[in-house]
Amino acid sequence: MKNEEKVISVKNLVKKFADFTANDNLTFDVYKGEIFGFLGANGAGKTTAIRILCGLSSPTSGELNVAGFDVYKQTEKIKQNIGYMSQKFSLYEDLTVYENIKFYAGIYGLSNAQIKFKANELINKLGLQEVQNKLINSLPLGWKQKLAFSIAIIHNPKIVFLDEPTGGVDPITRRQFWELIYQAAESGITVFVTTHYMDEAEYCDRISIMVDGKIEALDTPDNLIKKYKANNMDEVFLKLARKN
Amino acid sequence: MNRFIGFLKKEFYHIFRDKRSLVILFGMPVAQVLLFGFVITNEIKNVKIAILDNSKDYITKELTDKLISTDYFILDKNLKSANEIEGIFKAGHVKEVIIFESNFAKNLEKESKANMQIITDATDPNTANLLVNYTSAIVMDYVNSINNNYKLPLQINTETRMFYNPELASVFMFVPGIMAMILMLISAIMTSITITREKETGTMEILLVSPLKPAQIIIGKVTPYVILSFVNAVIIILLGMFVFKMPVQGNIALLLFENVLFILLALSLGILISTMRNDQQSAMMISMFALLLPTILLSGFIFPIENMPWILQLFAQLMPPKWFIIIIKNIMLKGTSFAFVWKETLILAGFTVFFLALSIKKFKVRLE
Repeated sequence: MKNEEKVISVKNLVKKFADFTANDNLTFDVYKGEIFGFLGANGAGKTTAIRILCGLSSPTSGELNVAGFDVYKQTEKIKQNIGYMSQKFSLYEDLTVYENIKFYAGIYGLSNAQIKFKANELINKLGLQEVQNKLINSLPLGWKQKLAFSIAIIHNPKIVFLDEPTGGVDPITRRQFWELIYQAAESGITVFVTTHYMDEAEYCDRISIMVDGKIEALDTPDNLIKKYKANNMDEVFLKLARKN
Repeated sequence: MNRFIGFLKKEFYHIFRDKRSLVILFGMPVAQVLLFGFVITNEIKNVKIAILDNSKDYITKELTDKLISTDYFILDKNLKSANEIEGIFKAGHVKEVIIFESNFAKNLEKESKANMQIITDATDPNTANLLVNYTSAIVMDYVNSINNNYKLPLQINTETRMFYNPELASVFMFVPGIMAMILMLISAIMTSITITREKETGTMEILLVSPLKPAQIIIGKVTPYVILSFVNAVIIILLGMFVFKMPVQGNIALLLFENVLFILLALSLGILISTMRNDQQSAMMISMFALLLPTILLSGFIFPIENMPWILQLFAQLMPPKWFIIIIKNIMLKGTSFAFVWKETLILAGFTVFFLALSIKKFKVRLE
């Protein structure tokens, strides 16, 4: 644990859809600068939880604090301090690389000078100089993903939420993508990431494993592997999932 | 403000880089105005007729000349006997046959009464009706003109269509209707598509997670369409004025104001549809079926509302285009001022507020 400062604090979060409980009494804390993995099978309730933390959905009950602000009352303040990248990585296909950067930086209220500086910095960092005036739909998937992530943190948020950011890309690109995540974490941005790739889980500082709406385990990958007497995260996950 | 301009820029990029929306935005209105204006007409022009003149006197000559000197009729054939009539209709290109009885002029002089028969091809009943009306009107007009010489009792013609310059009437009727239809379609379809597209691509989530407020997102998305629809309204008015010689008797500023109001109304409908649907396809289908058909059928655009069963008449009152068409006709054709259309304007404004309030409520619900 790099830091004791809590940036996300969740107590007894419950989210119900009619008679279905998507999040059943979740309690966890996330500390500043850590990479927090949120694991679970499809339908385990990961996306529901992440949507609540981002203010896209409201909780049924529970105490939630994100980036130091209350989820019920201070949604606007939270929005200014978080970044979000969804499964669909959300760039405008008919806009160029540069236009996408400019647009997203613009809606976070960056000044023109800041936008210019940030855009150039980002383009250089990702090596996109050649394609900066090309439409997004002409880029390969891996590039789009890296660009989407860089745009999600362009306003230097305290926390960035990544909802299955690496779906559908090859392991090498995934590896490169995680380099970016490490860099962001090093610069002090807390990374909250959901995934169902178990190899990715091992890149996280701490992980929580969700099964049927509940958190079944929460610890560092090493501790979990020891605790469940497993060889890798895959086995940990299978043991937890079979328990029920 | 900076954010807003950035948002607008992005929307304009979307519009101008998508050929499909460009065609819908600018190609469709012009094509539709021209098509409706020229194709759907209630007037007749250059209809081929045949004449069976059993009398061949100076009056039937004069009458024939009078008929074919108009733009309406072209003399295709002089028939020799009644047996030919059936055949000529079956051949298809002649739509009307006029028969003068023998001794036409003599009968008219002696008995102040002569008979002629008008036979039309009624496979198309509307055209047939029009042909009969036009022909009898021309004949009556002729009779009136010779009445003075012969001191015959004046005959009364109940057919009055001719005296309203039928040539232009139909286009005058259609331009306001087309305007309502196009503005409704473009504004509603385009807004519902542009919003549902962001939902489909997942960018809407990013916008909602950003510090932008839902109202800012909606205003940013629809403002370009307000501007473009307004341009369209002006194009339609200009086409009406210069291509179809439609007069604008009333105040232009008032006319444009009413157009903006109607555009806002249509946009709010588009937003409402997009809050209920998550994909472009179904948003488009709903816009088409829920908006296009009622606009055409129940707005009084083509079919008069007074002739509908009462239940449909009731529905028609709920159709915003109906009120818009009334306003536009009043301003353009009658030159009425705001004092005469404020009620209709108020109704349109009421609809707009209602739909906007409803969609803002729905949009918020989706966020939860």
